Amino acid sequence: MRKSTILIGKTIQKLSRLRGGGSALPGLVIERLDPNFIKTILEKLPHGVVVISGTNGKTTTTKMVTELLENEGLKVFTNKTGSNFVRGVISAILKNIETNGEFDYDIAVLELDEAHAVKFSEVAPIDYALLLNIQRDQLDRFGEIDYVTRCLQKVAEKAKKAVILNREDPQVCEIKAKNPVYFGLSDALVKKFPSDDNIIVHSNKKASDKPAKVILEKLSSEATFNIEQKIYTTPLEVRGIYNAFNAAGALATVKTVLKKSNNEKLITKLSEIKSAFGRGEIFTIKGNEVELFLVKNPSAFDLSLVSFADNKHDFLIAINDEIADGRDISWLWDVDFDKLKEVKITSGLRAADMALRLKYEDIPVEYIVEDLKKAIKLFVNSSKKPKRIFATYTAMLEIRKIILGKSLE
Amino acid sequence: MKIKILHLYPKEMNLYGDRGNILALEKRATWRGIKVEVVPYEPGAKIPSDINLIFGGGGQDSSQSLIEKDLQKIAPRLKELIENGVPALTICGLYQLFGNFFETKDGDRIEGTHILNLSTKAGEERLIGNIVIDSLEFGEIVGYENHSGLTSLGEGVVAFGNTIVGFGNNGEDKTEGARYKNCIGTYLHGPILPKNPAIADFLIERALSFSAGKEIELEKLDDGIEALAHESAVARAKTT
Repeated sequence: MRKSTILIGKTIQKLSRLRGGGSALPGLVIERLDPNFIKTILEKLPHGVVVISGTNGKTTTTKMVTELLENEGLKVFTNKTGSNFVRGVISAILKNIETNGEFDYDIAVLELDEAHAVKFSEVAPIDYALLLNIQRDQLDRFGEIDYVTRCLQKVAEKAKKAVILNREDPQVCEIKAKNPVYFGLSDALVKKFPSDDNIIVHSNKKASDKPAKVILEKLSSEATFNIEQKIYTTPLEVRGIYNAFNAAGALATVKTVLKKSNNEKLITKLSEIKSAFGRGEIFTIKGNEVELFLVKNPSAFDLSLVSFADNKHDFLIAINDEIADGRDISWLWDVDFDKLKEVKITSGLRAADMALRLKYEDIPVEYIVEDLKKAIKLFVNSSKKPKRIFATYTAMLEIRKIILGKSLE
Repeated sequence: MKIKILHLYPKEMNLYGDRGNILALEKRATWRGIKVEVVPYEPGAKIPSDINLIFGGGGQDSSQSLIEKDLQKIAPRLKELIENGVPALTICGLYQLFGNFFETKDGDRIEGTHILNLSTKAGEERLIGNIVIDSLEFGEIVGYENHSGLTSLGEGVVAFGNTIVGFGNNGEDKTEGARYKNCIGTYLHGPILPKNPAIADFLIERALSFSAGKEIELEKLDDGIEALAHESAVARAKTT
């Protein structure tokens, strides 16, 4: 690899930052200049490359794996900004590489969405792949579930050392890999997870019988993990059943990468890890707790409702239909809202659609307020109760800005 | 009074939001004191004799070939029901298969039921986006389309509506969907019925009238939120 490539890349990065531009341009130029750039850099990493993919939970799980490995003393390269495609990874490398070509990391842990994970696997080495789940996401972006399954199958075939698979996901557990490692749930917990195969008919699901390296056994105020047949119980900072399950996937991955890591030490660190932003983030406004949950597809929304719908909180649901949210909002009709008793406000560009959805579930909605700023202001001033917000991606980003800007008086 | 809905292949054909269509029929009947029974039809099952409404949704490409054989078995019975005036709503995948055939990219033909005189060929790209159509009977209808099949209507069927925003049947002739007797076929999901309640009410009214053997008129409901959602969806479709 030529040093000039790095210099050119870094220069473009600076220039495009001055222009206030995005992170794709430097990656685009590097791809043209030196198609092997990403491979040359990443294949030198002593512990290799971990790719994390799947429909839901990528960002928080990537954070968990990264922080667990760092706690084991590794220098971890990760794509924190959420630019989870090949050019985004190139940009992240450029930001962190020395001009003399020194890339001082032990391992890369990268979040990649399903289609980009395939593209990545064609140009870069993969040692481990953690595949979380295959659920209905925004069909207009990713096409159909069969296509997504084929994508992840290709990624699995490229992983040189091991593929860590969710054995409870009907699609993921069918993925073939040379060296599969499974994580799973106990029979009692598996019933709490809706999957696309039983959107209409809720069957009596059983955990799959594949042997698992890590199992989430129980979840109450504390989580109980079975790591290679030993039981550990711990409180967790991350909340919700899906995050506890993703933690099992993160543990299985770390135990695969570092076989000799100490379980107690991993569990202690795991207990401190917080969710990624907008995923169960807690804000305090006027002495009241306001929690913000990202929901982007039926399975994510269902699981959030299983964990966070109750009678103690006021609820606001914000639905946008920008490209990053998915233009098609039909998926709202596949969510089980019956766990909610009432909703204070629906908001966002499709506030009325959300209110309509709730009407057909006989759930009363007090206000329909399209404008997010007005809605949040009304919400935080409406009562003394603690509050929870479910929001699609761009609505979540906007709500964070509104709350952090605190222009709510 | 009761509507008995035959829901065709709910496991195989249940793309995005079809559940909302069933829910809309159930609720809008129940709110009027009309009883509802939904009969899920799985391959190999029997079709009950007292069905008075048929619903079929869309599926993934792989699902279409899963149901092909079974659909041939029940096609004569479905055709008989439609010819007799039983109302039906078929969306996307089953809309295509209510026609004569679906021709895949490789030139293979998946045989349809020949209930609607139309045929569909796989196109090069998916036609995706918000869609607004205009129908003489129901006015402006709003939904979302996501299909690669290009459908051409034959003799004896009319378009369900004319495309105002979006692609419709084939992106060329401005037609969307098909209508034959009381059977509606369309690419609109979203789902279609909650935001276009007049269509839901038409299906319920036809179902009741079919069973009673005389015209039954439905009482009006408060559709304030439906109208709001309809308007905002049309506005989004026209600006995005």
